[in-house]
Amino acid sequence: MLEIANLEVVYNEVILVLRGLSIEVPDGQIVALLGANGAGKTTTLRAISGLLDVHEGAVTKGSISWNGEAIAGKKPSEIVRSGITQVMEGRRVFAEMTVDENLTTGGFTIKDKAATAASYDRVMELFPQLGERRSQTAGYLSGGEQQMLAIGRAMMASPKLLVLDEPSLGLAPMLIEQIRDIIVDINKSGTSVLLIEQNAMMALSIADYGYIMETGKIVMDGEPAKLLADDDVKEFYLGLHSGDDTEKKSFRDVKHYKRRKKWSS
Amino acid sequence: MIRLDRDNVPLLFLIGALIPTTIFLVIQAVNDPALFLETLIKALGLGAVYALIALGFVLIFKATQTVNFAQGALAAAGALFVSFLVADEHIPFTTVPNPLINIGPEWLGWGLSVLVALIFAALLGLIIERITIRPMVGEPLFSVAVITLGLEIVLRVFNNDTVKTEFRALEIPWGNGGTTVGGAFINYSVIAALITAVVAFVGVFFFYRSKTGIAMRAVAFDQEAAMAQGINVGRVFAIAWAAGAVLAAIGGIFATQPPVKQTGAVEPETANIAFRALPAVILGGLDSATGALLGGLIVGLAEIFAGQYAAGESDWLGAGYPVIVPYIVMIIGLLVRPYGLFGTPEIRRV
Ligand SMILES: Nc1ncnc2c1ncn2[C@@H]1O[C@H](COP(=O)(O)OP(=O)(O)OP(=O)(O)O)[C@@H](O)[C@H]1O
Ligand SMILES: [Mg+2]
Repeated sequence: MLEIANLEVVYNEVILVLRGLSIEVPDGQIVALLGANGAGKTTTLRAISGLLDVHEGAVTKGSISWNGEAIAGKKPSEIVRSGITQVMEGRRVFAEMTVDENLTTGGFTIKDKAATAASYDRVMELFPQLGERRSQTAGYLSGGEQQMLAIGRAMMASPKLLVLDEPSLGLAPMLIEQIRDIIVDINKSGTSVLLIEQNAMMALSIADYGYIMETGKIVMDGEPAKLLADDDVKEFYLGLHSGDDTEKKSFRDVKHYKRRKKWSS
Repeated sequence: MIRLDRDNVPLLFLIGALIPTTIFLVIQAVNDPALFLETLIKALGLGAVYALIALGFVLIFKATQTVNFAQGALAAAGALFVSFLVADEHIPFTTVPNPLINIGPEWLGWGLSVLVALIFAALLGLIIERITIRPMVGEPLFSVAVITLGLEIVLRVFNNDTVKTEFRALEIPWGNGGTTVGGAFINYSVIAALITAVVAFVGVFFFYRSKTGIAMRAVAFDQEAAMAQGINVGRVFAIAWAAGAVLAAIGGIFATQPPVKQTGAVEPETANIAFRALPAVILGGLDSATGALLGGLIVGLAEIFAGQYAAGESDWLGAGYPVIVPYIVMIIGLLVRPYGLFGTPEIRRV
């Protein structure tokens, strides 16, 4: 189980981005972390995987514990070895290398050849499309295929927890559905999932639990059904409006403001 | 079809220069085939030495984005290690006698000693990386390059004034010996350089397809994404520097031999081999092993052929001018292809 408690992250020693964030990812579950642009979702993920250093960021308060062990400040390679891998925002496949070589990088921490072969077979099973393009240069794959490759690459390490940063970004609805089904599939075979999304509908349709964050902290959490029923979530994240006549608009704007205040206080 | 506009001027110029050169060389080859063959093999030998040095540059640059200006001093240091082991017959920096030198026939003891020298070179690369490069990860690349330039100077002074580089023999078993093929004399050292280059390039080709090599390419392409896969970037840097230092040392050993030098000994000048090879690196493209090979060969060919056939032909070209030929070739090459023949334009890395 991953437990983040009262996490504070600062960039460049002055820019406070996470302000006491707390979330939990119990074993075997899919947990969704939703939030608008700039809320600090990617920063949360960097803190989990030890990549804050690269961005001149640091954890200044709070804790991240993974199966009871504190992991904040550990090296990315140690964190991957301990069973957490991530699919980075924007896919970040190694465009110059082949599909197979990309997958090899994902299995870098696994020394056992048989285990590597087993995860490779599993990835090919999850993504038959990749199998047809093994020796193709990753840069020439379509956006959807690149996202599959990014997930496949992360799965090569046989993670116990898979963290995905906006896997639906820039994909057509059909592909989003396919990615969603694959995440469910991965979860069914025992991998916990922390799903970071702006596409709340997609994330909440498969999550066991959801968090909504704004400006660096959680403003609401609960089961998907509860979150989906909430008026604020409907408006801000699902783009559903209770009424569309212009007369009401100003009133609703006031309400927006009030709700925002309620959330961020 | 190549259009005649401003962008194509260097290319047209190049083609314009190559056609008469080729005709001239064909005439020379027909007139004196033995001399032509001898020149060609010498040129390939020099090209192989440049290519080996260039490959060291490329390995380090590709993994760490650092142009290593200390490559020349590392080359001289590598040759010095050999001299310590085979001429002074003791382990570098100690008074312990080199036990390997008396093993088997002369060439075996010598060969084993060279392997030990290369291990010392690798260690030197590791130490330099650890102390001066690793702490600079994430700092401006220009600063890192300047650090390597400082290292070059420090190492050179250390080599020359503390260790005293003055004419230390490498005692290569075949000396300046060679064989005659079709009337052309070929130094064994030239053959050795060619074989070593083939082995090194084939080795790097397979290395880049191994798990560690793939990790190195991943780090080269996107350091953060590589870290996210659990790849230890520090270790990749260390491997690149160790390999780069070994290639520099190999280049340094050949830099004491024909066709580069006839003396067979390390001199302060040995360190210049890296600057002489720099045009090959830039011409080939800083991040391409294929580029290092072709750049090395092109520059080696240009330098030797110009020295052989053009130097005596006119009074206004002095005897030292073949040394600048590599730079002329490099400038023309860069005008045609600004990133080198095989280099990747920076735009790719958004
Ligand atoms: N390296 C950095 N240095 C300084 N500030 C940063 C850095 N990276 C991110 N930030 C700031 O931190 C805040 C949170 O950024 P983050 O990328 O975590 O948001 P996000 O929720 O992932 O947004 P998005 O949905 O757009 O990806 C933003 O205001 C951003 O400007
Ligand atoms: Mg983000």
